[in-house]
Amino acid sequence: MKNLVVIGAGMAAGRLIEHVSDAGGWDITLFNAEPRGTYNRIMLSPVLSGDKTYAEIVTHDDAFYEQHGVTCRFGERVAGIDRAAKTVTGTDGVPLPYDKLVIATGSDPFMIPLPGHDLEGVIAYRDLEDTQRMMSLGAGHKAVVIGGGLLGLEAAAGMHARGVDVTVVHLMGHLMERQLDEAAGYLLRKELVGRGIKVLCSSNSSEILGADGKVRALLLENGTELPCDLLVMAVGIRPATSLAKNAGLACGRGIHVDDQMITSDEDVLAIGECIEHDGQIFGLVAPLYDQAKVAAATLTGAEAVFVNRETATKLKVTGCDLFSAGDFAEGEDREDIVFRDPARGVYKRLVLQNNRVIGAVMYGDTADGSWFHGLIKDATDISDMRETLIFGPAFQGGSALDPMAAVAALPADAEICGCNGICKGQIVTSIEGGAHDLDAVRAETKASGSCGTCTGLVEQLLAVTLGDDFQMPTAKPVCGCTELTHEDVRRLIKSQELKSQAAVWQELGWSTPNGCHTCRPAVNFYLLADWPVEYQDDPQSRFVNERKHANIQKDGTFSVVPRMWGGITNASELRAIADAADKYNVPTVKVTGGQRIDLLGVRGEDLPAMWADLGRAGLVSGHAYAKGLRTVKTCVGTDHCRFGTQDSTGMGIRLEKALWGSWTPHKVKLGVSGCPRNCAEATCKDVGVVCVDSGYEVGVGGAAGMDLKQIEPLIKVATEAEAMDYIIAFVQLYRENAKYLDRAYKWIAKVGLDWVRETLANEVERTRLLDAFALSQSIYQIDPWAELAGEEEAAKFAPLADLTLEAAE
Amino acid sequence: MSWVDIGALEDIPLRGARKVKTRVGCLAVFRTDEDTVFATSNVCPHKQGPLNEGIVHGTRVTCPLHNWVFDLETGEALGADEGRIATYAVRVRDGRILIEDAVLNRAAA
Repeated sequence: MKNLVVIGAGMAAGRLIEHVSDAGGWDITLFNAEPRGTYNRIMLSPVLSGDKTYAEIVTHDDAFYEQHGVTCRFGERVAGIDRAAKTVTGTDGVPLPYDKLVIATGSDPFMIPLPGHDLEGVIAYRDLEDTQRMMSLGAGHKAVVIGGGLLGLEAAAGMHARGVDVTVVHLMGHLMERQLDEAAGYLLRKELVGRGIKVLCSSNSSEILGADGKVRALLLENGTELPCDLLVMAVGIRPATSLAKNAGLACGRGIHVDDQMITSDEDVLAIGECIEHDGQIFGLVAPLYDQAKVAAATLTGAEAVFVNRETATKLKVTGCDLFSAGDFAEGEDREDIVFRDPARGVYKRLVLQNNRVIGAVMYGDTADGSWFHGLIKDATDISDMRETLIFGPAFQGGSALDPMAAVAALPADAEICGCNGICKGQIVTSIEGGAHDLDAVRAETKASGSCGTCTGLVEQLLAVTLGDDFQMPTAKPVCGCTELTHEDVRRLIKSQELKSQAAVWQELGWSTPNGCHTCRPAVNFYLLADWPVEYQDDPQSRFVNERKHANIQKDGTFSVVPRMWGGITNASELRAIADAADKYNVPTVKVTGGQRIDLLGVRGEDLPAMWADLGRAGLVSGHAYAKGLRTVKTCVGTDHCRFGTQDSTGMGIRLEKALWGSWTPHKVKLGVSGCPRNCAEATCKDVGVVCVDSGYEVGVGGAAGMDLKQIEPLIKVATEAEAMDYIIAFVQLYRENAKYLDRAYKWIAKVGLDWVRETLANEVERTRLLDAFALSQSIYQIDPWAELAGEEEAAKFAPLADLTLEAAE
Repeated sequence: MSWVDIGALEDIPLRGARKVKTRVGCLAVFRTDEDTVFATSNVCPHKQGPLNEGIVHGTRVTCPLHNWVFDLETGEALGADEGRIATYAVRVRDGRILIEDAVLNRAAA
């Protein structure tokens, strides 16, 4: 008999001992720092949530070790390995000789060294002690989990199931970003939030606060304090290599092993989470079991080679059905097949390369997960079943159907509208009863009135039922990414409370992963206009001008237009503009139609420095590039003019001060003329005010662009304050309802001026609009130039690298 | 093929791009929503628009001047437009972006 010493009794070691003792010929001594033998660590989460007991997850009990003649030294840390003498020393200090040694020390949880991480009540999630600690917290207490990965979410769900008030703090933008893409992460988050678990993504922790040496709260970088009685860090694991390193074994991130699991010492093997094989480290159980099998073969002199296989992930949270396998990053030569069913909360995505599935992510319906995993592992050529691949194994071999014929063939009890539970029969009855267009069917049956994704089906039913009497509506979808119109998208963002781009893509069934240059700027605007507090503006979803806060010119240079409130300026502002024109070699300086000055031909990399110079003189962005408030053109009014009836200049300045910085569906230009001679040309602006002796005539819907339009009267009021209220409420109504890139006059033509007048005449609604605008301005009324002129932001305007000076090799 | 370090992945915004000056002209280096990186010529063949200022969607970019759309993998213009932009090999290692050194070795244009 030869002596085999195994350090660590985790799952890999447990499996190794089974294989080795089956082969025989070894005296086995097993050390474990935890005071127990092998248990199924993966099942700690069901223990935490109460679905299982500890006894149920023990895989190797005392009887097993006794029967296989294993000497157990549990609760004992190995003090050192002497490779020259081939001995291991435990806490008793007596060297124990070995012929072969297996290191299976596993991994240590990574603790973020935040201030306060050593407070009582700050734990990791690794072993039974941690689990018991969470189980003992008790209902009504508060816990914070740092880390929205697999383990962190299982900890959160488990504690939540025991009545604990749990908040998950995650650094990245979506949950489980290593296993899931953004869309699946969104659905998972929605499920957890729906259960009552708070989830904060894109959140950085700054400090753990304590009282009397015990954790009291977690402080986030944004200043939020999250009170808690227990703080669980589940941010990752690191191979436990210190014992191997001290023994002089070759280590990288983990203990280096070859294909036979042998370390740099031929008598020492290593398996499990502590190793590094071919640059890879391991955290899932399947490869660990393979390693145990290979190591056992090596010990018994058999040939075996460890090959890392594709591994699939499943989250063990009851009711959260998700699956992820393989590689789902986008890349060269890769294609996506995406399937979404918003009503059922289903999302499936396959990543293809060379007609083979290389990755799969699914949420909500994972029944076909193992079939797809098989296709990935076997690298099956899927060219023949590509059309129906996403529908799984049950749908292979069928032929494509004509959609009309398919709808006609549906039985009367086939469900058409999943949101409202409306069947084909009910819709057909309604059509035969006189509902001859989509709106009528929607009003009568509610079909397609919620998420709207069955709109096409309902229209096909109209066509099938009415025959030639039905004209398919010509409403144009936003773009090729969706069949919904702008109006549909706006309505659904409001009614379904969609507050992120990921929510829109998923719930409205977008066919592309993240939209295109047509829909993304529109959706970005709709979200920020409807949810100014909840939604975070995305610069990458804006056209270059709004991202650069300058107008791009045909040669790639930019134009810079500082704001001149109501067209009023002074000598020092003009001096600063002249200095900037000199300093940055501005080729063209032009006076604009909006009563301000345009500096044309500025290089992109000079923008931040130029803004900083202009900012020092008190100048801010004029938003001459924005779908937003542009200018308020004024005449000099009662200040100087002998005909002026009101302070048109002052009112123009006050309007501009109120409205600047707001984003709108298209540009918004205002004019205020001090008398009906209309020197400010107010009657061809989106909003025009003509002052008269008795007050203010406010008109809307003018334009002098591709179309020439005169304003139509909105209201006449006696005071400037009333006029301002109506104008601001009008702008907000436009922001809330118009299609992206519709000027005010186009929008008014669609909804009718009467509707606009009636809505604004309602004082309750007008007040609501004013409040909503004020809320939005509290967030968006900032000078973007000042924001971007700082050092960190300014660096982003320069090239990433300049290789023109690098020496050629 | 050897590689030249041009910066950190984090220096490019998600669904964004940055410009790199080289002897073969300006390049655009793109980072998609999925953290995949592509490098192409920065110049749209239509009216020389700067592609690094375009909107990045999926693995495509739209030119900011007249909305030509290019496939970043092949460099081909999509839809009705015909044209192609040069593509360059690029990879990410340990958070750094590396580009093929051909952009150094070719004679200055």
